[in-house]
Amino acid sequence: MAEYKPIRKVVSGNYAAAYAVKHARVQVVAAYPITPQTSIIEKVAEFIANGEVENLQYVPVESEHSAMAACIGASAAGARAFTATSAQGLALMHEMLHWASGARLPIVMVDVNRAMAPPWSVWDDQTDSLAQRDTGWMQFYAENNQEVYDGVLMAFKIAETVNLPAMIVESAFILSHTYDVVEMIPQELVDEFLPPRKPLYDLADFSRPFSVGALGTPADYYEFRYKIAKAMEDAKKVIKDVGKEFGERFGRDYSDMIEKGYVDDADFVFMGMGSLMGTVKEAVELLRKEGYKVGYAKVRWFRPFPKEELREIAESVKGIAVLDRNFSFGQEGILFNEAKGALYNTSARPIMKNYIVGLGGRDFTVPDVKKVAENMKAIIEKGELDVEVDWYHLKR
Amino acid sequence: MEIPENVKKRLSIPAEEHFYSGHTACQGCGAALGLRYVLKAYGRKTIFTIPACCSTIIAGPWPYTALDANLFHTAFETTGAVLGGIEAALKARGIKVKGEDGVMVVGWAGDGGTADIGLQALSGFLERGHDAVYIMYDNEAYMNTGIQRSSSTPYGAWTTNTPGGKKHFLEKRQKKKVIDIVIAHNPPYAATASVAYPEDFIRKLKKAQKIPGPSFIQLFAPCPTGWRAPTDKSIELARLAVQTAYFPLFEYENGKYKINMPNPKKEPKPIEEFLKLQGRFKYMTREDIEILQSWVLREWEKLKKLAEVFG
Repeated sequence: MAEYKPIRKVVSGNYAAAYAVKHARVQVVAAYPITPQTSIIEKVAEFIANGEVENLQYVPVESEHSAMAACIGASAAGARAFTATSAQGLALMHEMLHWASGARLPIVMVDVNRAMAPPWSVWDDQTDSLAQRDTGWMQFYAENNQEVYDGVLMAFKIAETVNLPAMIVESAFILSHTYDVVEMIPQELVDEFLPPRKPLYDLADFSRPFSVGALGTPADYYEFRYKIAKAMEDAKKVIKDVGKEFGERFGRDYSDMIEKGYVDDADFVFMGMGSLMGTVKEAVELLRKEGYKVGYAKVRWFRPFPKEELREIAESVKGIAVLDRNFSFGQEGILFNEAKGALYNTSARPIMKNYIVGLGGRDFTVPDVKKVAENMKAIIEKGELDVEVDWYHLKR
Repeated sequence: MEIPENVKKRLSIPAEEHFYSGHTACQGCGAALGLRYVLKAYGRKTIFTIPACCSTIIAGPWPYTALDANLFHTAFETTGAVLGGIEAALKARGIKVKGEDGVMVVGWAGDGGTADIGLQALSGFLERGHDAVYIMYDNEAYMNTGIQRSSSTPYGAWTTNTPGGKKHFLEKRQKKKVIDIVIAHNPPYAATASVAYPEDFIRKLKKAQKIPGPSFIQLFAPCPTGWRAPTDKSIELARLAVQTAYFPLFEYENGKYKINMPNPKKEPKPIEEFLKLQGRFKYMTREDIEILQSWVLREWEKLKKLAEVFG
């Protein structure tokens, strides 16, 4: 194995994604432009125009629905396929997301988290991707540009192992258009980590005629669903193994599906996903200095859901403040809902409160985290919740 | 099945079968026949994609397939897009597409999946110029879901959601001319075909195989079930549709129109001959038939003019 010397580039989150597509030797990119995703595809197109990639077919389709359909066709015909989208575009793709997982195709997509309209918004909000939670796609939430790059590379390896598609999720503008240093991996080392795809089936193999996606009668459909459920469960080990391998090769370890900090002796932890957690991690450092016994639990993989890891955290803390940059109307924040559900059948039942923050790109800052900490501290001391779901920024 | 050499020589249509018995089409199904001809023309080195339509069922439920070729079932509105994806993948992998020895990438979709919900993806497919063939088999309604109108349903036709009642029938719109929309994209090759003229159909399929870029064939495929017609009348109906100029046979190649009528000098038969064999038109009055007849002749004159000017 060649020695790893990272190539440092200052890139936006979107360019980090585009470089990962290049380094992953993706064969087909089908995409439709939508803000703030567009610069991913523009960069990929630029790679092609400059002759920096070989054998990459770019299909500029007429809609996101067709983008996913074309990726599905490409993946079924044996190619490594990629697309990217945001918000309304992801919602338009929804039908085909089921088709990708049902046909067991390891497509990788970057979703740039953007709020759903109306009112129109191009800013950050996780509701678009979380609304796809039951489509059979794995979901990885990136905290920073580095994790976007690493996430795409790992996602191909994981997806092609378990034959399920994967979505790498990054924040609109906070990551997509913000420049930061990203350590990139030399091509030959990416090639060692991510060998060419070996498809589960190949439409270009004519040795024995076959069909994919035919009518599944009640006698068989159920088992098809079970196999997806099983693959999603098996993915947990694959995710950890690939995350560990990535760490061993390139120094950034992703073997935990939940990244933890200061959990062991914490009274309570902040839990959340994506770029929000960069702010939280910064705040926790400061709060620790001020004597707050706090920690953080950053959920990297939302699907499959890291139930077991969450249960371990719950064993040792008195409270969990769940920060949701999303909302499921008629219920509560989606991560909060999932986390509570995961803890029901355990003896560990820390106090859990849901803070709805940052919807539609509203800033959630270090002082905001401190306010949440003060509130959470008071709740734990008192031993009871004030409210279960707190619309934190609401102009009252 | 081995075909004796002397039999092979007598047939201009390939004798080899790549569409197996045991498929689940209704008796007299034009679409099943069409699919059989496509497979005869292209053989087993073909990748089909079929959206929601009768052929989803005809090809067979899991784990069966009636096709001696590979088939990817897809969602209703995605035929054009999936074709593009398959073609792009093959090219990225260095696999030859189209031509005599290349892999044939074929979309096989009904009129609903083409003229209605799939029109956008079809447009994208044509405009981007993928090396694949899109075949729309036109049975003039959503037959798989129980005979509902599509935009390819003709004026006056009974369907379950445009019924003919005591006072009215609901289908007041003329058949959408999908082929004209296709030609507006200026594709390298577009054609109409009919299951009643298999030699013409196979010739067009072979042409589509040779010409680089996207090809489109609109195949007229009677549906006895949906048309309320006897199951042994499918070919007769398909032939009458051509003879009445209701569904004229023609090609569009590199900007040029060419009419391929079996008897070019004959005047079209009255449309009534096509209508009277089908229960779906029984609500039509003399006046209604006149409305349809004049539309047919107007379109026919238009086509003849196009062939004259751009022939």
